[in-house]
Amino acid sequence: MSARPSRRDFLASTLASSLLLAFHLPVRAANEPVQPPDDTAGKFAPNAFIRIDGAGKTTLVMPQVEMGQGIYTAVAMILAEELDADLAQVTLQHAPPNDKLYANPTFGIQVTGNSNSVRAFWTPLREAGARARAMLMQAAAQHWQAEADQCKAANGWITHESSGRKLGYGELAEAASKVTPPQQVPLKDPKNFTLIGKPLKRFDTPDKTSGKAVYGIDAMLPGMKFATVAACPVFGGKVGHVDDARAKKIPGVQKVVVLDDMVAVVGDHMWAAKRGLDALAITWDEGKNAKVNSADIWDDLRRASEKDGVVAKSVGDIAKGLATGDRVDAAYELPLLAHATLEPQNCTVHFKGDSCEVWTGSQILPRVQSFAAAAAGLPIDKVTANNHLIGGGFGRRLEADMVASAVRVAKQVDGPVKVVWTREEDIQHDIYRPAYRDTISASLSGGRIVGWKYRVTGSSVIARWLPPAFQNGIDIDAVDSAIDMPYDIPNFHVEYVRAEPPVPTGFWRGVGPNNNVFAIESFMDELARKAGKDPIAFRRDMLGKTPRLRAALDLVAEKSDWGKPLPARVGRGVCAQPSFGSFIATVVEAEVDGQGQVTLRRVTSAVDTGIAVNPDTIAAQLQGGLIFGLTAALYGEITIDKGRVQQSNFNDYRMLRIDEVPPIEVHVIKSGEAPGGIGETGTTAGPPALRNAIYAATGVALRRLPVDRDLIRAEKKS
Amino acid sequence: MSRAIRRLLAGIVVLAVIAAGVVWWLRGPGPMDFAGGTTVALADYQAGDPTGVPASLAKASPVERGEYLARAADCVVCHTAKGGQPFAGGFAFSLPFGTLYSTNITPDKETGIGNYSDQDFLNAVRRGVRKDGAHLYPAMSYTSYTYMTDADVLAIKAYLSSLAPVRATPPENTLGFPFNQRWAMGLWSVVFSPNTRFKPHAARSPEWNRGAYLAEALAHCGECHTPRNLAFALDNRAKFAGAVTAGWRAFNISSDKNTGVGGWSDDQLIAYLSTGHAAGHGTASGPMGEAVDHSLSRMAPEDIRAMVAYLRSVPAVASSDLPAGTAPAAPASHKEGGGGALAEGKRIFHGACVSCHGWTGESPISPVATLTGSWAVNDPAATNVAQIVISGTARHTPQGVLSMPAFGSIYSDAEVATVANYVTARFGAKGAQLTEQDVANLRKQTAK
Amino acid sequence: MATTLKINGEQKTVDVPADMPLLWVLRDVLGLTGTKFGCGIAQCGACTVHIDGKPVRSCVLPASAVRDRPITTIEGVGATDAGAKVQKAWLDLEVIQCGYCQSGQIMSAAALLASTPNPDDSDIDAAMAGNICRCGTYVRIRAAIKQAAGRRS
Ligand code: FES
Ligand code: FES
Repeated sequence: MSARPSRRDFLASTLASSLLLAFHLPVRAANEPVQPPDDTAGKFAPNAFIRIDGAGKTTLVMPQVEMGQGIYTAVAMILAEELDADLAQVTLQHAPPNDKLYANPTFGIQVTGNSNSVRAFWTPLREAGARARAMLMQAAAQHWQAEADQCKAANGWITHESSGRKLGYGELAEAASKVTPPQQVPLKDPKNFTLIGKPLKRFDTPDKTSGKAVYGIDAMLPGMKFATVAACPVFGGKVGHVDDARAKKIPGVQKVVVLDDMVAVVGDHMWAAKRGLDALAITWDEGKNAKVNSADIWDDLRRASEKDGVVAKSVGDIAKGLATGDRVDAAYELPLLAHATLEPQNCTVHFKGDSCEVWTGSQILPRVQSFAAAAAGLPIDKVTANNHLIGGGFGRRLEADMVASAVRVAKQVDGPVKVVWTREEDIQHDIYRPAYRDTISASLSGGRIVGWKYRVTGSSVIARWLPPAFQNGIDIDAVDSAIDMPYDIPNFHVEYVRAEPPVPTGFWRGVGPNNNVFAIESFMDELARKAGKDPIAFRRDMLGKTPRLRAALDLVAEKSDWGKPLPARVGRGVCAQPSFGSFIATVVEAEVDGQGQVTLRRVTSAVDTGIAVNPDTIAAQLQGGLIFGLTAALYGEITIDKGRVQQSNFNDYRMLRIDEVPPIEVHVIKSGEAPGGIGETGTTAGPPALRNAIYAATGVALRRLPVDRDLIRAEKKS
Repeated sequence: MSRAIRRLLAGIVVLAVIAAGVVWWLRGPGPMDFAGGTTVALADYQAGDPTGVPASLAKASPVERGEYLARAADCVVCHTAKGGQPFAGGFAFSLPFGTLYSTNITPDKETGIGNYSDQDFLNAVRRGVRKDGAHLYPAMSYTSYTYMTDADVLAIKAYLSSLAPVRATPPENTLGFPFNQRWAMGLWSVVFSPNTRFKPHAARSPEWNRGAYLAEALAHCGECHTPRNLAFALDNRAKFAGAVTAGWRAFNISSDKNTGVGGWSDDQLIAYLSTGHAAGHGTASGPMGEAVDHSLSRMAPEDIRAMVAYLRSVPAVASSDLPAGTAPAAPASHKEGGGGALAEGKRIFHGACVSCHGWTGESPISPVATLTGSWAVNDPAATNVAQIVISGTARHTPQGVLSMPAFGSIYSDAEVATVANYVTARFGAKGAQLTEQDVANLRKQTAK
Repeated sequence: MATTLKINGEQKTVDVPADMPLLWVLRDVLGLTGTKFGCGIAQCGACTVHIDGKPVRSCVLPASAVRDRPITTIEGVGATDAGAKVQKAWLDLEVIQCGYCQSGQIMSAAALLASTPNPDDSDIDAAMAGNICRCGTYVRIRAAIKQAAGRRS
């Protein structure tokens, strides 16, 4: 680097480094609670998110959890923007469990998921910041006996404009807490934003580069023991008999805990626990799922998909639509998938008889608390739940099964115990992305789609996870992106068939759209070919009612060199999708060799996600999401034999590695619309774009994931 | 007698002589014939009893003695299905003509050997004849066990009878015609299974004779390490010269200096047999790893020494398909050294393998994971490299179990082939040229 | 068994089983939780530390095999020249997402730069492909290594 840094660089970097220092997450000493008691005494606490003490120290409480998506930074930016806070005095804290104070406005419960943190909290947080600022201003005005509109807020100070007098937020904290909160508060005009829209450095990263960041798995308590578990390898099975004679002889093993469905070994460290577990002779009572296998699961799903489903949406006259023009039918299938968060499941518990405290990283902290209470047999208010940074959520930490298991173990242990799942147990006892089968029929006339009938068949996660939201037999998540297709299709019909496999299923990054976008965008390519049209042109012509997506498509076509010649067995594939409130077009360029090995050459995305709170994070999330989706498309599949998951660790549940990942360009379209979600959009975009690239390269229309290399070998070319 | 009839008879005699010659030639020498000299009846060998258990167990109960001998004969490995109950059978031998499953040898009366008399058991172990008179396939090493004494076989029976009975019936064999004709095994046995007991070699030391008894009658080394002839019987003309069995290559353990173990020190051989690893010579895996874990590592040190003394006397036979010695460590830089042209193989190696094996082949983790010096990476057929990649391996070391995970379920045949080619090119004397098809074939041969 | 380890320049004596992997000694006995557990089978790289400056997977390395060779962990790598450069580049390019893999990524990258100050793409592949990032930060990891090496990507 020879050029001297410009003044702009200099400013940017000082701003950045002051933020780095300021937004240091509290690093906790071993026995200090992770969560602050929600103690507002002596502080200006106008709402659940903002605490300012007499010294001006400003604490922002994070209602959404940080699992890598940069939400702590985005939430802090939104709050600080309207509050005009002094960033140097700001500290971030994890919210305690409290559905009343920290509910996600979209769901009504305190949960982080569905890429909607910024979408859901955008207005409430701005109002919270603005209202606090108005109260501080009112307090200052009262002090000066002036009108509030003669005062100005900036950087943690209120200034009386004509006299130049100043009061810091700390000095005003006490008086401000006595001000009646205003009903209506003006929000800033986006053009006056000083933080939002800037590529600010993330506040959680400095600790993550130095090893200081504390994840759930890092909880440390004095006198703590360590445990690891083995659950019955067959879903729903029980422990038969355990012979622990050998295990008890292993140095460091303290205790063997036998529960009805799992066994834990408690030791002085994870190694003792793990060796102890290996040394147990366990016979399992495998129960009714002992013969379950993947082939049967697929047979059931296929059979279920032949039935009529519950109608989720119907527009126009589908019978007439399908009878017009050329009809095309297809069925797409997606496998069960594990989450494989890089931080294995874990939970630390101190069960004290009449109370219980847990430490973990969760996307749904109130559920951690309630599951712990149920497992401990205690009232909810006797359970303290402490949240942490999360080493990968992807939906896995929308579940609290691991908390319940850990508490059941801890009930038999004196003092605190950290329960850590081995990677093998984590993968074999996940709550899996459901397997889906999507059947689609469409008819083409004049190069356009005139009828579209779509049926999703699969497990309903919503019905288990949020029963009240499962209404009239429709899982709103399972049909997400299917009922709100971007394309102009006059006759349009979507059905849902619920079919539950004997395997637990849950949300997985990209949730419902993950499945639907794959089927829809794969089929769009097949239809384009049938219509004799270029895949992008074919889509573009039907995006009249979705101009934001059309603009993204145009941009990605340009940036990806769409249409330029490519070598043999190399192809480009496109995916266009409105999902999670964002509009994204993606082109994957891939090569398929003679043996069916796929090499990713290049990925280009263009996205309109509305106002980008932190554009840098948006690019990162899209890149990461694309890799997550492409990993699944190339390698991801959980298979079952004799009731057991056959995959176990990264040797057989394979991940894309750095050398397989091509350059990924993300083009963010400037937009003044309300912010959309971003964390899962790349995951939904990758698989269909790759599938379509393979289609272009080989002519083979894959209808199933993961990519079957035998189908796309050179000699199989159609 | 007419001329014609005489001619016919003469023809038959000639044919019979030729057939006998072919059979005689096929049968070849016995496993210990190389030693020459005279053999004597066990009772006449005064220098010491080569059979039975080591001195420390001389006074032990039959059950304890049987436990030791059952270990030395490694019964458990073949009589336990993957993840199944020990000795309950169901282990699958994948043969070119179908799959054979081992039997339940727990004392369960209906599904095991609970109803076997002593004679039934002796017949099964030494002659390959089941209680119902049916002939066993020689996947059961009765051609070796035939050398055991009555006392030793019955001690094993006493031990097996002391176990808890397990009710378990192995799956049906899936052999096609003509291999499903068990009676044919009777004929085979007449020729190839001598039904004869161990006879000490008078001129040899007690240690050698003990080693011979252990290696031949119990440990049945030859079953994997001696090549087989057309009739699927051991060809002792090339005794211990190495062979491929169940998809794994058992290397040359004759005393050939370059391609056998002639260049190994006694200590190295002892270490290899008793721990599965010898510095500079690699690590046992696959079936040999199992033999070490379940059998050799749990034998008395003097027995291991005896086997080494015996091994040393086996005549040198060179393996013409192996290089004359193993390659030195590879360069530290990934950019230098062999295999550079195999980009795909290198890609897999640097993702999944290098963390344990290092770029030089000398493991940064444990000598057990060191590739340098092992025959596996120096075998231009790369059989065992491909196998380990597919099925993984686990070594029980003084520092606990060190294992390599199995990559076979998600890495394709083409990927396994290319990484095996890369590994042999980088760490061995000569790179392999495995194809996708070769790997597919290997997978088929592997026992499960 | 008492073992003395030299970690980030400090001598620590621990009483642990000889077969206990260094990872658990660091995390569970010494409380150095910056080194992460991801797989336990040397497939993800989250547990990478330096032994004698070389990257090693601590989840499979018995503590007793370290002997007197110096250990550097993520908590101490900032004191090395290459480590400091890598950490800075990581912050400048905003590499990190959930961060769980990043201790290992940084340790692998720091070792790479220490041995190969000017790595090309193949050097980066060779040194970094053993580190899995489930969040998919690979594109920025590559760029940050190049930046730390003094080249703009
Ligand atoms: S935890 Fe050591 S490499 Fe994954
Ligand atoms: S940043 Fe989350 S695993 Fe790498």
